[in-house]
Amino acid sequence: MEQMVNVFLFGKKYSVPAELTIMRAMEYAGYQLVRGCGCRNGFCGACATIYRIKGVQELKVCLACQTKVEEGMYVATLPFFPLVKQVYDINEIKPTEQIMMQLYPEIYSCIGCNACTKSCTQELNVMQYIAYAQRGEFEKCAEESFDCVMCGVCSSRCPAGISHPQVALLARRLNGKYLAPKSQHLADRVQEIKDGTFNELLEALMQKPVEEMKELYNNREIEK
Amino acid sequence: MYPSNMMESIKKVEAAREANAVLEPARMTAEEKENLLSTYHPDYKQDEFDILKVGPNKGGKVPKELAAILQAHSRINPSEIDLSKVDYDVDVLVIGGGGAGASAAIEANEAGADVMIVTKLRIGDANTMMAEGGIQAADKPNDSPAIHYLDAFGGGHFAAKPELLYRLVNEAPEAIQWLNDLGVEFDKAPDGTMITTHGGGTSRKRMHAAKDYSGAEIMRTLRDEVLNRGIPVVDFTSAIELILDENGKAAGAVLLNMETKDILIARAKTVIIATGGAGRMHYQGFPTSNHYGATADGLVLGYRAGAKLLYADTLQYHPTGAAYPEQIFGALVTEKVRSLGAKLVNRDGKVFMHPLETRDVAAASIIRECNARGEGVETGSGLGVWLDTPMIELKNGEGTIEKRIPAMMRMFAKYGIDIRKEPILVYPTLHYQNGGLDITADGMTTNVENLFVAGEAVGGIHGRNRLMGNSLLDIIVFGRNAGKNAAAKSKETKVGNLSLEHVNAFAKEMEAAGIKTDMVSPKLLPDYTHKR
Repeated sequence: MEQMVNVFLFGKKYSVPAELTIMRAMEYAGYQLVRGCGCRNGFCGACATIYRIKGVQELKVCLACQTKVEEGMYVATLPFFPLVKQVYDINEIKPTEQIMMQLYPEIYSCIGCNACTKSCTQELNVMQYIAYAQRGEFEKCAEESFDCVMCGVCSSRCPAGISHPQVALLARRLNGKYLAPKSQHLADRVQEIKDGTFNELLEALMQKPVEEMKELYNNREIEK
Repeated sequence: MYPSNMMESIKKVEAAREANAVLEPARMTAEEKENLLSTYHPDYKQDEFDILKVGPNKGGKVPKELAAILQAHSRINPSEIDLSKVDYDVDVLVIGGGGAGASAAIEANEAGADVMIVTKLRIGDANTMMAEGGIQAADKPNDSPAIHYLDAFGGGHFAAKPELLYRLVNEAPEAIQWLNDLGVEFDKAPDGTMITTHGGGTSRKRMHAAKDYSGAEIMRTLRDEVLNRGIPVVDFTSAIELILDENGKAAGAVLLNMETKDILIARAKTVIIATGGAGRMHYQGFPTSNHYGATADGLVLGYRAGAKLLYADTLQYHPTGAAYPEQIFGALVTEKVRSLGAKLVNRDGKVFMHPLETRDVAAASIIRECNARGEGVETGSGLGVWLDTPMIELKNGEGTIEKRIPAMMRMFAKYGIDIRKEPILVYPTLHYQNGGLDITADGMTTNVENLFVAGEAVGGIHGRNRLMGNSLLDIIVFGRNAGKNAAAKSKETKVGNLSLEHVNAFAKEMEAAGIKTDMVSPKLLPDYTHKR
């Protein structure tokens, strides 16, 4: 007999196998999910979920696809949260402190409560990356926020109304485009291709009979 | 936290680790690979396939589950659809909000076309988001697009369409540059040199990555760019039939609001199918690494409108799906784990293959080890072999795992497994649809005008097996290509009268072939309710 636990989905009680994730438990109970379900593997942030264990004061948050059910778990999903995303032209903006001031001035209203960090489903130091963004330290903000899945839980807990994932995304794009070192070998190769350097070689390969291609493939040198 | 039966096996893996780490296992010969594949690869199980009775590929063979949805009823009765009430009227309609759809939309917008994305979940709910390991491009001095071509052509069993593969490899470096210019963060050395590794079947280290969030980093950047450009995204809305005009050219789609069930009509001068893969069809009962919406919708839409399929009988089973714990059964364990030095080890601690064979060969080898040779570890929900992750730090130093594959570390840590210290159990998982709709080098289907296809819904770019890192590449190269060409084509197109006559014709063909079924398609979402 498999072990069962009682969970309360939006307040309604269901008995489900103890080894299920919250997402699987909802489906076991009969929900055909449309919202609140994306990659089912912890990368897309679609299944932000709030829960409280009966009798315990602390309110917890998680991704439903990455978290096992527990006895007495009261579950509410957060399939959408109204994050603010400012529109900009990546080719026009510059990686300066002023850009955050212009696009996301609310980050300077952070009161340091750390609710964002405490609620992060990826266990990131959210308040720290916002501090980096405030100071225009985009490289550090990018690194600290890199594993963000943009589920929006941090923003739902923020008394200053900050849309942390969008701030971090802006910082990463600025870092990736303007601040990270340029790859000379990449620029060189793109130019060679524009000059048609490999066209003849490739066209010759395309014409070769399969037997000859097999010979080439099976005897090719493999870099250690 | 592993149960005691597994701990016994882990002790053997640990005892052999130092010797295994320095071992250079032989690669299989062409003949060994062929024998292995024909005996153990799921694509070769004849009774798992059906012959199509209707449509452009009549007489061709596809997985049973795919045959059932290709030869199913439409979700609509064309006589009940009012095509004169047009809800959306655009130049280019992109169906699908993954990496290919987003790339296509950005380029169509760049070309000045009025473009719209329709997607059945949210933009970014796609296999792109879950791609971990990386993206290939021959941009190092010791490499070239020609070497990339040979690796991919051989890895795909010499079946790729040469003109598609040419485009894939020759436009790869520019694809990386385009992404980098949009702000995608690649792993780089302090001097700007891209940090690249091997993937299975590559002969040069050309795998570019963003830790093990490569696809997520690309997808979130593309999504942000789509929104910055003000491209309309109609989310939670699926395309359930293509609309043609009276001349048989693609001219829009019938849409279904996934929540309200309202039917909407989109008219367009050109249409791009970018609907992705089919993992959620669970071919042959396999678990999958794919996202929730991967149900081959685009293949059904295209097939009913007369577009041909190519290599729809070949699927990719990723060799390393998580086999334990059950909560993450089938989830992707990136090939990058092996690129960084982890080897595949059996129950007795023996390395049974070279870790970087192509995916089809590696998957078949693991299936043989577990089933025919009885060297698998019992997991509670099946069998698995060890992927000895602690070898990575033995080889590259402490801290490598946290820095290079943080998502893998996090995924297992949630269940009490520290992959820096303990190995993990893996077994093949349904990962990629090698086949799909047949296109020309400009991205248009070979036989339905103004219908373009990009991404995993295309067949023929990779042949009958795909190398790691060539899919993130293909969604960018062929997504952009489709976007540019669909925009250009839209400028010279005047849409005629809209028609769903092809849906009626397909139904008649099914009836004439004696097909009796209750099924409707496209499937849109899998049904996991209750105990299914």
